[in-house]
Amino acid sequence: MGHCGGIADIDGMSTAIRWFWFASPQTFFPLAGRIAAVCWGLAAALAAVGLYIGFFVAPTDAQQGEVYRIIFIHVPAAWMSMFLYLVMAFWAAIGLAFNTRLSAMMASAIAPTGALFTFLALWTGALWGRPTWGAYWVWDARLTSELILLFLYLGFMALQASIDDPRRADRAGAVLAIVGAVNVPIIYYSVQWWNTLHQGASVSLTRAPSMASTMLTGMLVMSLAFWAYAIAAVLMRVRCIIRERE
Amino acid sequence: MSWGGWSEFWAMGGKGFYVWGSYFVTLAGLALEIVLLRRRSREAKA
Repeated sequence: MGHCGGIADIDGMSTAIRWFWFASPQTFFPLAGRIAAVCWGLAAALAAVGLYIGFFVAPTDAQQGEVYRIIFIHVPAAWMSMFLYLVMAFWAAIGLAFNTRLSAMMASAIAPTGALFTFLALWTGALWGRPTWGAYWVWDARLTSELILLFLYLGFMALQASIDDPRRADRAGAVLAIVGAVNVPIIYYSVQWWNTLHQGASVSLTRAPSMASTMLTGMLVMSLAFWAYAIAAVLMRVRCIIRERE
Repeated sequence: MSWGGWSEFWAMGGKGFYVWGSYFVTLAGLALEIVLLRRRSREAKA
C-alpha cells in the first residue's frame, strides 16, 4: 500500500512539474520548433486546397461576379488580425501579472505577424472596395477601427523597440496591448453599431451563413491555412527571441 | 466552376487587377515575413 501511495505521489508531483515545464523558454524552444515545422506543412497544404476550392469549385457570385474571390484571403486575414491581437494582449497580461518571461516573449513574437495580417486585410479590402463601392478607402467605422488596429500593432512594436531593457519593454508593451484590446470588439461590432458602408457579418456563430456552401468552405479552409501559417511564424519568431535574450 | 480557358481565368471577369492585386500582395507579404524570419533565425544562431 505504502509503495503504491509512493508512486501516486511521484506521479502527482511530476504532473505538477510538467505544468510549468514548457513555461521555461529553454524547454519550450525545441517544442516550438517541432510545432512550427508541422504548421508550415499544414499551412501550405491547406492553402493549396483552399485556393483550389476558391478558384475552381466556388461559383461566380450572382451580384459581384468574380471580384468577390478576394473574400478567400480578405476575411481570413481580418479574422486573424483581430484574433492575434487578443492572443497578444492575453500573453502580455499573463506576463505582466505573473512576470513570466516566455509570455512576454510570445506577445512580442505575435505583433509583427498580427500587423502583417492587419495590413493585408486593409489592402485586400481596398482592392475590393474600389470595384464594389467605387472607392479604395472610406472613413467608415469598420475600416477606421481596423486601421487603428494596425497602428496599435505598430505602436506596440515601436514602443518595445525604443526601450533597451527587455523586461521594461515587456511591461510597457503589455500595458499598451491590454488597453488597445478594447478596439477589437469595436472592430467586430462596428458594422452593427454604426451605419457602415462595409457589409455586416456573412458568417456568425448564432445564425446560418448567408453564402453558398462552397464559398464558405473555401473561406474556412483558407482561414485554417492562415491559422497554421500564423502559428508557425509566431513560434519561429519566439525561438529567435529566446535565442537573442537567453 | 469551369473557366473557359486560362485567359478567362486570369481576366477574372474584367476584375483581374483587383483580384490578383490582392493575392499577389498577400503572397508577397507572407513570403517577405518568411525571408525575414529565416534571416533573423540565422543571425540569432550565430
